[in-house]
Amino acid sequence: MSKVLLVGVDCSDCSNRALDYAAKGAEKSKLQLIVVHVIDWSPFTFSTPKENEARHQRREEELERAHKEIVDPVVSELRKQGHYARGVVRHGHPAETINAVAKEFGATNVIIGKTGSSRLKTQLFGSVANTLVQICELPVTVVP
Amino acid sequence: MRLQKPGRWCVPALLWWLFPSPLFAVEGVDSQINEAIKPWADAVSGFVFSSFPVAGVDIPFVLVWLIFAAIFFTFYFRFINVRAFRHGFELVRGDYSDPLAAGEVSHFQALTTALSGTVGLGNIAGVAVAVSLGGPGATFWMILAGLLGMSSKFVECTLGVKYRNEYTDGTVSGGPMYYLSKGLAERSDKLRTLGRVLAVLFAIFCVGGSFGGGNMFQANQSFMQVLAVTGGEASWLAGKGWLFGIVVALLVGLVIIGGIQGIARVTSRIVPVMALVYVLAGLVVIFMHLGEVPAAIASILSGAFSPEGVAGGVVGVLFQGFKRAAFSNEAGIGSAAIAHSAVRTSRPVTEGFVALYEPFVDTVVVCTITALVIVITGSWNPAVDPGQGVALTSAAFESTISWFPWVLTVAVVLFAFSTMVSWSYYGLKAWTYLFGESVITDAIYKFLFLVFIVLGSSMQLGSVIDFSDAMIFAMAFPNILGIYFLLPVVKKELDSYWADYKQGRLQKFGKAAMRERMTRVKS
Repeated sequence: MSKVLLVGVDCSDCSNRALDYAAKGAEKSKLQLIVVHVIDWSPFTFSTPKENEARHQRREEELERAHKEIVDPVVSELRKQGHYARGVVRHGHPAETINAVAKEFGATNVIIGKTGSSRLKTQLFGSVANTLVQICELPVTVVP
Repeated sequence: MRLQKPGRWCVPALLWWLFPSPLFAVEGVDSQINEAIKPWADAVSGFVFSSFPVAGVDIPFVLVWLIFAAIFFTFYFRFINVRAFRHGFELVRGDYSDPLAAGEVSHFQALTTALSGTVGLGNIAGVAVAVSLGGPGATFWMILAGLLGMSSKFVECTLGVKYRNEYTDGTVSGGPMYYLSKGLAERSDKLRTLGRVLAVLFAIFCVGGSFGGGNMFQANQSFMQVLAVTGGEASWLAGKGWLFGIVVALLVGLVIIGGIQGIARVTSRIVPVMALVYVLAGLVVIFMHLGEVPAAIASILSGAFSPEGVAGGVVGVLFQGFKRAAFSNEAGIGSAAIAHSAVRTSRPVTEGFVALYEPFVDTVVVCTITALVIVITGSWNPAVDPGQGVALTSAAFESTISWFPWVLTVAVVLFAFSTMVSWSYYGLKAWTYLFGESVITDAIYKFLFLVFIVLGSSMQLGSVIDFSDAMIFAMAFPNILGIYFLLPVVKKELDSYWADYKQGRLQKFGKAAMRERMTRVKS
């Protein structure tokens, strides 16, 4: 059974570093890479009837865009390098969703980049990496 | 959609054309508008509220219609309002929401969207009117009506989801128009025509309701409150209701014509906070008068069954309580089914369970708090003018928290605004059902909607309240009549779902699934 690595990506620089790191690991020991992008979304927000009416359509658009602009280019690049790679896009709480997807695909390790925002910013808004380290049920590697 | 830009300019221009003289004849505008509209408003309300006398009180038939339906649904579905209460909460909490469907409209969102259309001035001004005219006992009947109304909402919203239209572009449209026409046609060929007729009637009344209770009443009462805090008769705004109306109409116009969803989004986030502030302030007032609470509850209970000095005795009190509850939570009216039907679920009945919380929050929680504050502070007064609705509530809060009227003013204006935006959506759905979807029909409706805002804030409350009540209550005739035919459909959905639920065949997700596993391990 081959090992499965899960990499969380958004469009920022840090996730590229996480990807490079994961790809290097994959090179050494024939790993499968699951590239995940989470669209931040909560079922407990307030919306207007007009937003609700078109929500289904909007969701499809969001998924399509995330695949096209973020996940698919990464996956095809990884495949070009000879890795086994697969892209997943989900809506939800970023850290919780990464954890859930990792379990769903039987990943052994989760890799994520950190944004390196200031202490105040992290205090105010939290960070996905922090939360993930707290809640993830698998070993997490945070790439600086 | 291409016409949006010119539309933005058309409205102020047309308003100017409609009211050419405000600059020259400021004093008379409000009363002129009032004089012109009053006979029409009175005629409409006279028809809808055709009544028969019981124990010396004229009981409007429509009220009996609503109460009977609520009681009937409660028994027909074996107290669904009680037995599905807990499960409704689990659904709102997301215990049964598949994470793979994340990103779709959640039960929580459908519920809160519908609530922002119902939690409005009915909860603040309407309750004050009920307690003034019916005495403290009206509170008891109001709560009872709220509890029974939960069953009506359950039926409506289940049907709303079941028979909604899903278009190829992925948008959805639902509501009584659709379940009346599609549902009845499905029952039998003979009912097809009846369904169509009921659907059209409903749509007509819904458009009227969106101009009345969903618009004029809100505009009128928020102006009253703004007028009161800025100095009442001495205020600079006195007699300038039309001006207030134009400002509000411009803001609403920015949202519904200008398509500036940002404003709607901001209000949709502030309104729940204001509702919370309102409830908390109510609790503070109640807490500060803790010693008087038992006496207040006693007067509510004794007033419910043996009122003193209320026209019509028990029947009169019951009438006031039920009427205001129905006006506030709109159970049986059909409007909420339009908002609820946007939810994404494969089991329509789940949205029915969620909808139980709408009359509960609206009437049993928010209205009761208003009523308690009014009763406890002794602010109610049978001799008071029924037109003073919101002013009475404001005074009740002021007696304990002196600066609260200002907060209340902000809350009132925001509630009114969000209710107007919601109702403009309901009305537009009904309007397009009648006249088809096109840029021009859209623009006509939206323009009329804005005109009614100005009318509403210029008129005196008496005729506004009658007209808004009439239009909203009229929706209950076609809606409930059609629902009776569709009850077996709901019953079938409910029974199969309830069996799955009871036998644990429904899949739980996330934390809920984890909790369940934990308890299984423990036992």
